[in-house]
Amino acid sequence: MEIWGVIAYLVSWAIMAGIFAVFALGLNIQWGYTGLFNIGIAGFFCIGAYTSALITTAKPTGVYAEYVQQIFGLDLPFILGVLGAALVCGFIAYLIGYPTLRLREDYLAIATIGIAETFRLFFNNEHWLANGPRGLMGLPQPLQGLVDPRHYNYIYLIIVLAIMVVIYLSIERAIRSPWGRVLRAIREDEVASAMSGKDIFKFKMQSLIFGSMIMGVGGALYAHYTKAISPDVFTPLLGTFIIWVMLMAGGSGNNKGAILGAFVIWFIWAIGTNFLTDLLPYTLKARAPYIRFLIIGILLEIILIYRPQGLMGEEKRVSKMID
Amino acid sequence: MPELIVYGIVLGSIIALGAIGLTLVYGILRFANFAHGDLLTTGAYIALFLVTGLFPWLGIPDTTFGSLSFGWRMALAFPIAMVCVAMASILFDRILYRPLRKKRSGPVIMAMSALGASFIIRMIVLILWGADSLFYRPGVLRPAIELPLEIKIRPDQILILLTVLSLVVILYLFLQRTKMGKAMRATADNIELARVSGIDTERVIIWTWGIGGALAAAGGVLYGIDVQLHPYMGWNFLLPLFAATILGGIGNMYGALIGGLIMGVAQQVSTAYLLPTYKPAIAFIVMILILLFRPRGIFGGRRA
Repeated sequence: MEIWGVIAYLVSWAIMAGIFAVFALGLNIQWGYTGLFNIGIAGFFCIGAYTSALITTAKPTGVYAEYVQQIFGLDLPFILGVLGAALVCGFIAYLIGYPTLRLREDYLAIATIGIAETFRLFFNNEHWLANGPRGLMGLPQPLQGLVDPRHYNYIYLIIVLAIMVVIYLSIERAIRSPWGRVLRAIREDEVASAMSGKDIFKFKMQSLIFGSMIMGVGGALYAHYTKAISPDVFTPLLGTFIIWVMLMAGGSGNNKGAILGAFVIWFIWAIGTNFLTDLLPYTLKARAPYIRFLIIGILLEIILIYRPQGLMGEEKRVSKMID
Repeated sequence: MPELIVYGIVLGSIIALGAIGLTLVYGILRFANFAHGDLLTTGAYIALFLVTGLFPWLGIPDTTFGSLSFGWRMALAFPIAMVCVAMASILFDRILYRPLRKKRSGPVIMAMSALGASFIIRMIVLILWGADSLFYRPGVLRPAIELPLEIKIRPDQILILLTVLSLVVILYLFLQRTKMGKAMRATADNIELARVSGIDTERVIIWTWGIGGALAAAGGVLYGIDVQLHPYMGWNFLLPLFAATILGGIGNMYGALIGGLIMGVAQQVSTAYLLPTYKPAIAFIVMILILLFRPRGIFGGRRA
């Protein structure tokens, strides 16, 4: 294979891994630091992607409008799309957290599954909203005119990695603050933290909203990378499950672990299992994706039983004041 | 509308079978078994393998009973599928959940393990049977019986209701009359107290998985007879199952039965106003309303 072809493949792999790392970081705030069991990441993924798409595209006019329906199109720049995605996801997280965060911990899980399924159904069936199952296409990309379209992925990789690093640094800062220590205290012992006068519900809500906003950013990054989104992307498998495996593999409660897990699992998924499925007999080739997911599922069970702390484990340094 | 309510009761009785198993597991093992929907799928596809694969090969005749859409093949496959799924869920407990229990992992880790198990089951079904909808007996539509109020009901559906009813009665007698049934109720009430009174809680857990799995398999096969088989059928049942369980109060078997019927009727009646694909969303909305207003269920269970 030609060397530039390999590099182009690795760049597109790294972009997706970076986007998944953003999701894993968002989940790490909720699960790794606060113990919130969100298994509806696909819902925030979907909302983030669609919000940014609607903000950055123009509402179709003329003949085009007969084929593509969307509720609005603001034709605003990429950065506003990303911010809008974060804000809308934060609001949805508030609506989900309000009825569930006071109840037992698994109710949040059930409710987030529900929200993810409901959004997927809604975008699939309501054509007026965002063109139903065919979805939206032709999303703009930031700094598009700067280079030859063939080399555009290099620019997008830099954008994704820069946003990932900014999110990483802000979480690191937040988690080492007194606020972050309260989150960990809640995760370890809710009753004891309530006894020390902390408003458990408020802190859990802030953590849920913060994490979901980051997931919204991830959704927006994905939408502008693929330039086309449709509801069937945001399935429980690629939208939720694989992100959980990434965080568990890397080490929940460790932001470096979340990023490492995203890159390792996306490597196993995109490159490792691809070689494996090449070896399959012809009759099984069409079902290769299921075999790849089966491997990822078995991997999660192995991690849970034999290495629950993941590759890196939790960092013990709790404050920037002490080493 | 009366017809939709009757169809809702048929669907609700199937949901109830799953929800009873889910609430037993929830009450005794204290974790949300996200793989429970996929136990329904497992049962349905094991029966499919028997009915369309093994039994024709063994030469069991493909006759039907009266005006029902199935015959001896299904009559044999139904109990076998129940036993297979019961054993499969006990096996899952041995491989996945017992090591976690031994390590005293929290309920959320157990639930995550169950989520992983649900994806593993679904992927195996997809690898073996592919992603298309399948039927036990393709292309045969049995004549419907006309009841008053313009209700049309198929003989299959009447049999489904009778099957669910008899399974619930058997389970009731088991829980009330046998020693193991009493031990199960005691463990659901307070596992520590049950242990110190000399109840072998590991045996209770095995029975819980067995019964939960068998009921789920029955639900899956009955849904396959009534509608169709699909690898995602169990996933689509997950929200109504949890809604029914929470509605009835976690650990409350009779609550789950009522909750299942309510969810079935709510989902079917909604199709008069909304697209049928919104059924899982209806379950979700009902569940959010319960969580907001009656988080302990309509009968006010012990824990919220």
